[in-house]
Amino acid sequence: MTALSLRPARHAVPGVFVALALTLVIGWLVVLLDGGQLFNQSTTVSLLHVAAGLGLVAVGQTLVILGGSLDLSVAFVISLSTLVAAEAMNGSDGAMLPAIGLALAISAAVGLLNGLLVTKARINAFIATLGVGLLLKGYLDNGYDGPAGESAPALVRTLGYQRVGPVPLSFVLLLAVTAAAWFALSRTRFGHHLVAVGGDPEVARLSGVRNDRVLITAHVLCSLCAGLAGVYLASRLGSGAPRVGTEGLYDLESIAAVVLGGTALAGGRGGVLGTVGGVLLLASIDAVFNQLEVDAFFKQVIRGVIIIAAVAVYARRAMRKAGS
Amino acid sequence: MADPPPAPLLALRGIGKSFLGVRVLDGVDLDVAAGEVHAVVGENGAGKSTLMKIVSGGYAPDEGTVEFAGRPRAFHGPRDAQRAGVGIIHQEFNLLPERTVAENVYLGHEPVRRGLVDRREMLDRTRRLLASIGETALPADSRVGRLGVAQQQVVEIAKALALDARLLIMDEPTAALADQEVELLYGLVRRLQERGIGLLYVSHRLTEVFDLSSRITVLKDGRRVTTVNTAQTTADELVRHMVGRELSSYYPQRAGPDDRGPVRLTVRGGGNRKLRGVDLELRAGEVLGIGGLQGSGRSALARALFGVAPFTTGDVELDGEPVRLRSPRAAMRAGIAYVTEDRKGEGIVARQSVLDNALLASRAVFAARSGRAARTARVRELLDAVEVRAAGDDQEIRFLSGGNQQKVVLARWLALTPRILLFDEPTRGIDVGAKSAIHDLVRRLATDGAAVLMISSELPELLGMSDRIVVLRDGRIAGELPAGATEEEVVALAVGAVREAAA
Repeated sequence: MTALSLRPARHAVPGVFVALALTLVIGWLVVLLDGGQLFNQSTTVSLLHVAAGLGLVAVGQTLVILGGSLDLSVAFVISLSTLVAAEAMNGSDGAMLPAIGLALAISAAVGLLNGLLVTKARINAFIATLGVGLLLKGYLDNGYDGPAGESAPALVRTLGYQRVGPVPLSFVLLLAVTAAAWFALSRTRFGHHLVAVGGDPEVARLSGVRNDRVLITAHVLCSLCAGLAGVYLASRLGSGAPRVGTEGLYDLESIAAVVLGGTALAGGRGGVLGTVGGVLLLASIDAVFNQLEVDAFFKQVIRGVIIIAAVAVYARRAMRKAGS
Repeated sequence: MADPPPAPLLALRGIGKSFLGVRVLDGVDLDVAAGEVHAVVGENGAGKSTLMKIVSGGYAPDEGTVEFAGRPRAFHGPRDAQRAGVGIIHQEFNLLPERTVAENVYLGHEPVRRGLVDRREMLDRTRRLLASIGETALPADSRVGRLGVAQQQVVEIAKALALDARLLIMDEPTAALADQEVELLYGLVRRLQERGIGLLYVSHRLTEVFDLSSRITVLKDGRRVTTVNTAQTTADELVRHMVGRELSSYYPQRAGPDDRGPVRLTVRGGGNRKLRGVDLELRAGEVLGIGGLQGSGRSALARALFGVAPFTTGDVELDGEPVRLRSPRAAMRAGIAYVTEDRKGEGIVARQSVLDNALLASRAVFAARSGRAARTARVRELLDAVEVRAAGDDQEIRFLSGGNQQKVVLARWLALTPRILLFDEPTRGIDVGAKSAIHDLVRRLATDGAAVLMISSELPELLGMSDRIVVLRDGRIAGELPAGATEEEVVALAVGAVREAAA
């Protein structure tokens, strides 16, 4: 062991930001050669909108993954949340805040159920949250054929379309949620305990951490984030949409963003800043491909390659770290 | 019999515990005074770990009382015991490698100011704590995964002290440490003693027990055999209490000059990232001991011969024929077996059965389905022959004691009838009884014509078992010693105190 290796644990810039910068530069050049402009007002705005929706979900997903769990029900929670919010508002501004509260409360309840199944019933998180997701899917498929309800105009005006320069209000919301999550992880006991539970549940338990409580809280927060993403989508779409979550692939995309951001899928290592980087990376790739009008299937192939490559890079790094 | 201290910190009276009708502890009495190191010795299965779990709140006793700091206590779980002031340092560390030293030390009771974790306070307190046990060199904000084993142990101890532990239980604290690190632990134990902390010290290594403890309690089959003042006993006597045998009959008879057969394995100029210019001959019928400090290339040599990290330079000959051992599979097919030093990590598949573990190597190498029944039958015989004690062949191996796990690993390799066996710390973390069984087995293999290479950090074992000893230093061969060499000669070569020793 050399003196050098005893440096304090500074977290290096996650590789995802390097990848993001590269993607933006290369994308900008390619789009330029193609005769387009990547960073014009409308593309930037739409990039940030995409990032806001996915980002809200992914930040929540980061919390459960850090704790060694996983949430596959987020896509259905999003759909449910859009419907609850839009139907409760029914086009009236006066009902906006109570409706948002109701949507979030129901989302939190789903999170509580997820958390209880994972901790108290000791069901594998993959299965438990998939099961809860399917349960919600059954309800949505049975009750809704298409859009329902009507979002409050005030919500559509603000969260849906208001901007500060090129930055949509929704993206500001994402930044606020990210900051809150970052703060919770690094400055609260809950955050410390969550990372400990994900790192090694037995160590956490023997250190006096109440693992179940911590993990349930993380699941509730994750579902709250998904519920918030639902409210945002309701503001964009103007109504509730029973399949917006699944069609947007928010479950798998959020996990991909978390992993791209350098959080270990097994838990215990990572953070929300990397996740936002991962979200921006995915959104940028989208934006570039949209500008180039690349075939949608080919787009998916490229995304798959990028995700696999990123995880391979992390695995190699981890191996080198273990070897040194 | 030693006198109990007047006002013990910990007093156990008549502790009894059964699991599924099997009596694991029976009427055990034990005292620890403040500032005392009380050693607990006994074979695996003697009930040491159950007793430690009772003291640290892991189990509740069926019978008897636990008195701590003058009050009868019934701990509800480890957390309760911690709060009362009983800390335990496990053999496998309970640390989070991805978190900093301070985050680990204060996990579960982070200092809080206005509802938020006060990181500066946490770092300061950790630094003060480390300084108070003389560990100023350990950075409180370093990631634990970057630290060496000995430093991680210090973090474990600091973690216990952060909870104001007054009694520390150390379970095989030196099992993972290199020789020079053991010295550091000794110093640490003495400083803890000076602070008035009582220590319950569980260890297989009698040297440590004699170096550190003031009293020794011997457990056997769940009962207390005796408690003695350390100054008034000898290693011989202790071993007799533990297993009922003399220390002198500890190692099997060495090979005579006639027992040595032809040269099986020759290495000329072998080198890779960790080894340079290794020349070595290994004969049938002999046990070649490999000595040296941790990191001197001992394990690297075994791993090179087994094709895990092959030689990149030099030649290897097997029975006079050049061979290239580029993978473990190639080495196994050439008749080489390797019992790894890291039993838990590389030796066993914890959640598989005893039988599956024993069949692992044969299944991998002989892919054909034919002869499967015969193979299984042979492995069952081998498991009996090495005297594995398990509830059955289908019991998961993780529930076995270290000694029995190691016997299963041995059976796995014997099933391949290897001609060359590489043993890396074959008795690490194994109790005295199983240890001598493994020693006997190693010798018998050599007598039956196998060529054995054995790495050991325990000098008595290395000297007691080997027909010759090759000592490594910094990846090179520092010298060779004949049977009957002394500990001093080995150490001198290992640390480089002599330039060269003649073969």
